[in-house]
Amino acid sequence: MVEAGTVFGLLGPNGAGKTTAVRILTTVTQPDQGRARVLGRDVQRDARWVRANIGLAGQFAAVDENLTGLENLRMIGQLTQLSRAEATSRASQLLVAFELDHVGKRPLKTYSGGMRRRLDLAAALVHRPPVLFLDEPTTGLDPYSRQELWKMVEDLVRSGTTVLLTTQYLEEADRLASRIAVVDKGRVIASGTPKELKASLGSSVAEIELLDPTEMAKVVSLVEAGLTSRAMEVDGKLEISLEGGPRELKELLVFLDDNNVVVRHLTLRDPSLDDVFLSLTGRSSGSRSSGGGQDD
Amino acid sequence: MIDEALEPGVQAASPTRSLGRFLTDVLVVAERNLISYARVPETLYFSSIQPVMFVLLFRYVFGGAIAVPGHSYVDFLIPGIFVQTVAFGSIGTAVGLAEDLRKGFIERFRSLPMARSAVLAGRTIADLCRNILVVIIITVVGTLVGFRVHTSPLAFVGAVGVLLLFAYALSWGFSVVGMIAPNAEAAQLMAFPLLFPLTFASSAFVPVQSMPSWLRGFASNQPISVIVDAVRALSLGGPTSGVVLRAVLWSLAILAIVVPLSVRRFRRMV
Repeated sequence: MVEAGTVFGLLGPNGAGKTTAVRILTTVTQPDQGRARVLGRDVQRDARWVRANIGLAGQFAAVDENLTGLENLRMIGQLTQLSRAEATSRASQLLVAFELDHVGKRPLKTYSGGMRRRLDLAAALVHRPPVLFLDEPTTGLDPYSRQELWKMVEDLVRSGTTVLLTTQYLEEADRLASRIAVVDKGRVIASGTPKELKASLGSSVAEIELLDPTEMAKVVSLVEAGLTSRAMEVDGKLEISLEGGPRELKELLVFLDDNNVVVRHLTLRDPSLDDVFLSLTGRSSGSRSSGGGQDD
Repeated sequence: MIDEALEPGVQAASPTRSLGRFLTDVLVVAERNLISYARVPETLYFSSIQPVMFVLLFRYVFGGAIAVPGHSYVDFLIPGIFVQTVAFGSIGTAVGLAEDLRKGFIERFRSLPMARSAVLAGRTIADLCRNILVVIIITVVGTLVGFRVHTSPLAFVGAVGVLLLFAYALSWGFSVVGMIAPNAEAAQLMAFPLLFPLTFASSAFVPVQSMPSWLRGFASNQPISVIVDAVRALSLGGPTSGVVLRAVLWSLAILAIVVPLSVRRFRRMV
């Protein structure tokens, strides 16, 4: 269940099944088995009703690049039962709302990636759907365009739209979603508010760089055997989650010192959703290294 | 500040299904495709420059070496060019649809409360409009290089009708190719081996009587030849009823097979 007027985040790596879930819920494809409901209606039996009440913006900007922004939005408007005149005025209104009115009469091939994605989002909103599906809306966008899109999604939610967001960016889910389900290999492996998910990991994470990085594997097994199982190597650093918070730091340092491990650098930080993902699946979400890519 | 433009509406009722709605959807999709065509230089090239080059090539380079009984070569040629151009043009249906699929455009259509078959009908109608333009261009250029209708204007309109019906059937056929192909380039690669033998082992450019006997049977009965013969008979004279009937039946038969195939493929596509 997704509470109306909130963002529900579906978080997971490539191939986790996020896009498949969205495609089933938006009636684009049929489930192999099982049932799915949107706003209480079955997506297979009441497909046409569901389509009239949802908007979909995908990881590809599904707009015609030879058409202008206005023509794209007008076309969608007419296909969602608006008259040509109504569709035209709705299109102009959305172009203003998405700060695209200055380029509304230019073909989309002249738009930047961020502008296309904004138009794609506008296209999903033409018929004012109460429920919006955003399938990796910022994949491949630069940080500035990502921020812009996030602000727009926040505005939408404030106006009362219910959003289902899929993302492989933990930062994105953390910022936008009020509830998150972590999915991996087609299954939900954890769910809750971002705060709950982070709290499940204890309150702090210590990131340690060793003076001798070649000792890393040895140190990890040492810590696991003698102190806590919540230790792992991430990007060349030793990450240890401290359930009891900073006061466990002293214990950790004494333990390392006793075992003649020399620490070059130590940072203490709050746990991120990345840590949640890592501890749930044993692998990184992939969003740290490069990001990008497509879901299947 | 909350922008009124972003406010969601109340839950909408299920859209009504009616013929009027279906036709509106078809026209909206067709309009989109036509605007798109007009803004892509490649499609303009394939539907205007290329047939003109073929006319000039066969009229002035190869034509002198080809003897046709009973007609001047240019009169013989233009009906062939008509059919060859609309046949090659139908590859555009496959390429366009494959492109839309790859870009996620079809997904967007499938999530809208519109008639799903309007996606296919709209595209094939747009291709029909493009073919009408092609016929006008070839008729004008053909007339400039000496082509004349020897029957009546009405018979020529009949010839164009036979031609466009065939073109429409081919567009539906190639829409299936567009949905099977993994991408636009593959769609093009799949379409050419189908069309090349049909177009050149036909009566489009040379009389089939000049071909070796093993090829003649195929060449005189395959659909492109039948359409060319019908268009030729209606433009230049000679017995028409039998060949025109065969041409129309070929087109209707192709439509009867490929339209359900295409719609089914579209519905089932994941």
